[in-house]
Amino acid sequence: MNILLLLIPISLAMGAVGVAAFLWSLRTDQYQDLSGDAERVLHAADHPITPRRRPTQNLQESGQ
Amino acid sequence: MISTFTSGERQGALIIAGAVMLFGLIMAVAGHADPMGVHGWIVLLFGGATAYAVLRAVYDPAPQEDRALSYYDDPTKVGLVISLFWAVVAMGMGVWVAAQLAWPDLRFDAAWSSFGRIRPVHTSGVIFGFGGNALIATSYHVMQRTSRARLAGQISPWFVLLGFNLFCLLAATGYLMGVTQSKEYAEPEWYADILLVIVWVVYFILYIRTLARRNEPHIYVANWYYLAFILVVAILHIVNNLAVPASLTGAKSYSAFAGVQDAMTQWWYGHNAVAFFLTAGFLGMLYYFLPKRAERPIYSYRLSILSFWGIVFFYIWAGSHHLHYTALPQWVQTLGMTFSVMLLVPSWASAGNALMTLNGAWHKVRDDATLRFMMVAAVFYGLSTFEGSFMAVRAVNSLSHYTDWTVGHVHAGAMGWVALITFGSIYAVVPLLWKRATMYSWKLVEWHFWLALAGTVVYVFAMWNSGITQGLMWRTYTESGTLAYSFTDTLVAMHPYYVARAFGGALFLAGAILAAFNVYMTIRRAPAKQPERDYPTSSEATEPAVPVAE
Repeated sequence: MNILLLLIPISLAMGAVGVAAFLWSLRTDQYQDLSGDAERVLHAADHPITPRRRPTQNLQESGQ
Repeated sequence: MISTFTSGERQGALIIAGAVMLFGLIMAVAGHADPMGVHGWIVLLFGGATAYAVLRAVYDPAPQEDRALSYYDDPTKVGLVISLFWAVVAMGMGVWVAAQLAWPDLRFDAAWSSFGRIRPVHTSGVIFGFGGNALIATSYHVMQRTSRARLAGQISPWFVLLGFNLFCLLAATGYLMGVTQSKEYAEPEWYADILLVIVWVVYFILYIRTLARRNEPHIYVANWYYLAFILVVAILHIVNNLAVPASLTGAKSYSAFAGVQDAMTQWWYGHNAVAFFLTAGFLGMLYYFLPKRAERPIYSYRLSILSFWGIVFFYIWAGSHHLHYTALPQWVQTLGMTFSVMLLVPSWASAGNALMTLNGAWHKVRDDATLRFMMVAAVFYGLSTFEGSFMAVRAVNSLSHYTDWTVGHVHAGAMGWVALITFGSIYAVVPLLWKRATMYSWKLVEWHFWLALAGTVVYVFAMWNSGITQGLMWRTYTESGTLAYSFTDTLVAMHPYYVARAFGGALFLAGAILAAFNVYMTIRRAPAKQPERDYPTSSEATEPAVPVAE
């Protein structure tokens, strides 16, 4: 069953990617406001927020 | 559609279409003595048609407005229409295949119409053509809405959508010519597989780039499901399709693995295709469109995230339950069985979460067939995941495996869960995308709902009966220890169920045709949505007394 020497490491590696993604989501405060997150998709207007008002961009600009 | 492209993007699209045509020409010339040559012509024509569509509008004025101010919905719209086209074609094929089992003469003695060739047209057509296009289209919709940002690219969404459909086209036409690598749900040969890898990598990059430009700090849970679908399917597809072409001028290839090793790879792929193509992606749909339609937040958002991580970590180990009582080592079978039973937890968490979201809004479910599609989809998701965990238990599997029970289980999932959530999402999103007040006919939606539900129930009950009858007949011994029934005896016993199955499938197909008609008429005829006005509707005047600033 040499195939298991391929499939098990691949499956474990995919699991490791999953763990990394989960830890990333914890570190970037993805789960701080769960009820708000669930509500906001219901009320968003049907157009993008204009890039000028992007919070991350503002942070970058103030950092420079 | 091309009018939203800048001139540079139009050139880019033409270059890609030209490259596709060139590849098609090379395939047509190199493989002229092989079905690969026919595929070459198909690729050439596909690239040519794309180039023609771009060229027709190449001198249109360049877009003036700031594109970042609106969502990019053209690829979504086209994807939904193509998805419905595949639904009608592939479900029609399914009814034909089912009818062939009941009345074998319906093959009409042609090579291309034999069961082994048109059955994969049905399965691939439904899973990839109908389901895949719906997933791509709705993922474009959901990733933009939940990120509050436009798709990160003008050409790449089209590249993904059209490239994926070229793959579907190569798959379906290949099966009819006898081109297959004999791996269930992974039948297309090596060049189609390479095409899909390229398309899928672009899809993943597009998704990540769109999320990276999001204006909303939180990544909504539906995106996680869609992302898992894209990423895991890519890896599964690559590993399972590792093969050596017999020649670069022909379609035939040989798998890199042999015997039970190949079987293990195939079902590691096959079951995770069910997990990440037919489950994770459609859960993404459920978690966005069900709350939207019900106008209620998901019952427990925390639970939706927990069940996502549960599915991610459990599903990948479950595939070996397809190989109970084979040459596969016992411990690998037990591992697959154990994880399959554990999967019940995240699966029922999702199904229960969806139903609890509707708790308190049952009047909406009663009045709105679209929401009812989603509700029944969640019920079937719960039912078929329970059945799946149950059937993965080795003792149950000894009765159910290789019988029609498996076919019934797959269709409870595919018709009851995947197709119903897709139709519900399509009915929810089509009026929004085409800016219509409602669908063209709510009565047709009602009809579709009951046809689909009746078709599914008839189909699944027929297959339960047939499968258990078949399984029991196979394991019945006479007193002298010989088999009590011949194989032909079991076929005679199954005939009425096969007729019922074809009938159930026909009901389901009729519903899908109504859906395609209804969507077409919505695009063509339904009245446009009036902009919402911020003044009392009881006012006699047609205009507000004080003009409202837009």
